Amino acid sequence: MLIKKPADILSSEITPKNLYLNRRKFLAGAAAVGAVGIASLSVGKLVSPSTTAQADAKIDGIKKSSFSTNETITPYKDVTNYNNYYEFSTDKYEPAGLAKNFKTRPWTVTIDGEVDKKQVLDVDTIIKMAAPEERIYRHRCVEGWSIVVPWVGFSLSELINKAKPTSKAKFVEFTTIEDPKQMPGQRGHVLDWPYVEGLRMDEAMHPLALLCFGMYGEALPNQDGAPLRVVVPWKYGFKSGKAIVRIRFTGSQPQTTWAEMAPREYGFYANVNPNVDHPRWSQAKERRLGEFLKRPTLMFNGYDQVASLYAGMDLKKNF
Amino acid sequence: MIRWFKPVVFLACLIPLAVLGWKAYSGGLGANPIEVITHATGDWTLRFLLITLSITPIRKLTGRLWLIRYRRMLGLFAFFYVTLHFLTYIWLDKFFDLHDMLHDIAKRKFITVGFAGFVLLIPLALTSTKGWIRRLGGKRWQALHRLIYLSAIAGVIHYWWLVKADIREPLKYAAILAVLLGYRIAVWVGPKLSGNKAKALREPQVQIPEG
Repeated sequence: MLIKKPADILSSEITPKNLYLNRRKFLAGAAAVGAVGIASLSVGKLVSPSTTAQADAKIDGIKKSSFSTNETITPYKDVTNYNNYYEFSTDKYEPAGLAKNFKTRPWTVTIDGEVDKKQVLDVDTIIKMAAPEERIYRHRCVEGWSIVVPWVGFSLSELINKAKPTSKAKFVEFTTIEDPKQMPGQRGHVLDWPYVEGLRMDEAMHPLALLCFGMYGEALPNQDGAPLRVVVPWKYGFKSGKAIVRIRFTGSQPQTTWAEMAPREYGFYANVNPNVDHPRWSQAKERRLGEFLKRPTLMFNGYDQVASLYAGMDLKKNF
Repeated sequence: MIRWFKPVVFLACLIPLAVLGWKAYSGGLGANPIEVITHATGDWTLRFLLITLSITPIRKLTGRLWLIRYRRMLGLFAFFYVTLHFLTYIWLDKFFDLHDMLHDIAKRKFITVGFAGFVLLIPLALTSTKGWIRRLGGKRWQALHRLIYLSAIAGVIHYWWLVKADIREPLKYAAILAVLLGYRIAVWVGPKLSGNKAKALREPQVQIPEG
């Protein structure tokens, strides 16, 4: 429904990442103190704390994608300073600083389970498996906020095809790195580490499901899941695992972290669905970062083309 | 106590609001300003409730009886911040969508209990004047104002129920509240267990605050 034709220009070409005029600052200022005026961009705010040399690495040869939305892209500053990344901190403003020195090279990904042959691949080998595409996706958090991000990557199916899963493979499981030395959040037991997420095979093979290693035309910043993550735009954000070290194909449904920790609140499917509330809050609306009024949440986050994957399923039960 | 001390405390109680206002003005509220405002006003409500509840124990334990003069003001600041918290919810969060709010209050446990905590404070704020203490009579006034215990419990539960997984912060508030309420239980129960020993503690605690 909201899948419009793709933007003509890559976001990375049109938007110097640190120079967005922050509309939200204006709104917040006006709302809280009744001040009307243009929020000044202080010098401190211009320098993003998160841009390490690695995260700045431009990705060459990015193709545009027909899956991209032409909605307004959320400022880079917000996407890199407001992160749900419990491995670093449960405070969304902290991962940007805490992930600064996180080592993303050397990095290998183990591909095992129901596959012809177990492989341990270097992340740079994986990244070169297919041409990078920019996918501007809506991203909806289960908490009720959303962003629009120009991710860079290619369809997860490209990797799966090369991994050659056997006919027994019905699900794919993604495991995030466990490294409490580098990830202070893992020194506590807020979640059962390592973080595990998963998809049904047909979901993982859907062309919208993205294997992602960049955003805004550059390598992924550490706090956004570097060096390799998945992005499943029709599901709540927690389904899109970050800093992946293992991709395992399984015959049975993976035991995923949030669904294990609070099965009444988080399901395995976790499709964005305005009609199925979180037990503690409504999912009917969302706050797009930078906007004052909430907007209605769309079924499958507006990605109706995935509806056929769930034909005949009761999505109230399989939430 | 020195005369000018009270205005200083009054101004100090406004610092959290000033910080919030300054951040809003200077663009320092981050990616999700409404969330920051909601959390800050909620945090300060709980903090002021706990500070207010700590006045009596500190007075009794340290003999600094003059502290009573600050209790009403601190309690009213708790009410001030909870009002801002509530306004943030109805204005910035729900944008006056009454249907949505009623739905929330009825269906969302953490909002139900938070709303209850807010409503319980309203009669306390309204009857916080000397005139009302006189009209109600010390005993009845005091009984009414014990609602603050329920309100603080509701506030902590509200916080506890809204976090996703990390309960460490609400746990801190719960622990402090448990100590403060535990003190009162000890004061009530203690004398009954040990005869007249702690009789003094049982005496009526109503003091008409000065100023």
